[in-house]
Amino acid sequence: MKETLIIAGFGGQGVLSMGKILAYSGVMQDFEVTWMPSYGPEMRGGTANVTVILSDRKISSPIAHEFDTAVILNQQSMEKFEPMVKPGGVLIYDTNGITRHPVREDISVYAIDATAECARMGQAKLFNTMILGGYLKVCPVVEMENVMIGLKKSLPERAWKMLPANEEAIRRGGEIIRKIR
Amino acid sequence: MAEKEVKLMKGNEVIAHAAIRYGCDGYFGYPITPQSEVMETLMELKPWETTGMVVLQAESEISSINMVYGGAGAGKRVMTSSSSPGISLMAEGISYLAGAELPCLIINCQRGGPGLGTIQPSQGDYFQAVKGGGHGDYHLIVLAPNSVQEMHDHVAEAFDLAFKYRNPAMILADGAIGQMMEKVVLAPQRPRKTDAEIAEECRTWAATGKPAGRERNVITSLELQSEKMEIINQRLQAKYKTLEENEVRYEAIDCDDADYVIVAFGSSARICSATVEMARAEGLKVGLLRPITLYPFPTKQIAQLAARGVKGFLSAELNAGQMVEDVRLAVNGLAPVAHYGRQGGMLFAPDEVLAALKEKLIDKK
Repeated sequence: MKETLIIAGFGGQGVLSMGKILAYSGVMQDFEVTWMPSYGPEMRGGTANVTVILSDRKISSPIAHEFDTAVILNQQSMEKFEPMVKPGGVLIYDTNGITRHPVREDISVYAIDATAECARMGQAKLFNTMILGGYLKVCPVVEMENVMIGLKKSLPERAWKMLPANEEAIRRGGEIIRKIR
Repeated sequence: MAEKEVKLMKGNEVIAHAAIRYGCDGYFGYPITPQSEVMETLMELKPWETTGMVVLQAESEISSINMVYGGAGAGKRVMTSSSSPGISLMAEGISYLAGAELPCLIINCQRGGPGLGTIQPSQGDYFQAVKGGGHGDYHLIVLAPNSVQEMHDHVAEAFDLAFKYRNPAMILADGAIGQMMEKVVLAPQRPRKTDAEIAEECRTWAATGKPAGRERNVITSLELQSEKMEIINQRLQAKYKTLEENEVRYEAIDCDDADYVIVAFGSSARICSATVEMARAEGLKVGLLRPITLYPFPTKQIAQLAARGVKGFLSAELNAGQMVEDVRLAVNGLAPVAHYGRQGGMLFAPDEVLAALKEKLIDKK
């Protein structure tokens, strides 16, 4: 098993922490993991992305120019990363703010209206875990039990009171994701 | 045996944990991207409350390296970390440390240059780390980690080598290894050396207070008499020769039957190990020689591969071609040696390196 995933969107959307939760979940499942962020001037409002690789073997390159799955959360990332999904791979995107929807026919495309759902719930902070839930529904690479441990390990103790809400968001993300093609 | 502590951490964070657990006495630094998490993590962990390790943000890199000089002169295990432009500021101090034969650990988490350059990863400081950077005939012991685990392991290894040879050691990482998170197994906590232990271990050289019955130890790199200075230089060179004979570390992947060998270190070597997998899948006999110590360099190992009949070497580096010079010296004309690199904070991908290998070496045959 090897999953090479890119999560890309705006800084502030929780892109890096979503990757961290997934990476920690992978550690709990005894996978080898790498988490490679774009870093530096990319701050709130700028673009941010992270490459997460989960594998049952030693991971050679933590850098990839081709992805099994792309989770795309803004238009700039759609332009940049849609072409980098492997043929037969998966593209998941939040429709909010997307002006040009994915066009490729050789990959599976899923949409998740997590921004809208979080706004409806009045819980903008749950956005990234809801996206994570959608991703895990489509690509169940780690057991849900390990995701919950990964979630707890990635959060500082002061945020543990938010664990039940995040668990609920993961579940909700799995419900609202839909296949486009 | 106690259960292993497996953590998910950034390369920079793990440096801080490894230093505390090694029993490091002091860290002196000044923040700079992409390595600021080293000091941030130390500040969070507050080792001064547990092991007694000093963590101090100096007013500049120049101060930090001179605090390292002071601590090292007292026989303490001290360190600093910075990124490329900051290391340039430290160059004078590093040369003094080498001249005074003081053991210490310097971490360079490289970014693109020259000048302020960029904050993205680069390997453009190979020459600076391996060939000098500061003035005078000296060498640092230079280790190049290619994973978060090695970032951890090299802290202890670098300190041990530094004290064994009374020589500054450098971990030459880059922004990619520093910012990346991977699984890591942390070493158990070791106690810091006591003052009595340091006075005993370093009695021949450290300024720990002069007891009756021995000459005072003087920490200096200054000697105005040329005759004496030449002897000091010769002693340093003899030490470097011993290092070259005894302390070369490298990893050879699929080199035994390789027709072509990629030479790469640090984050580049990780990428190139995937290149080797791709090449082998195509039926091409490609291997990877990864220097773990950049100084001393695995010259002999590369020379042996060339003598065995390897048809070409590709030095893949995130720079315009630096280590390739050492590869050429080692190959010594027995086979073509080419370079492939990206600069300015750009990383290459495994397939890109394979394409370069074919274009520059395999298809040229």
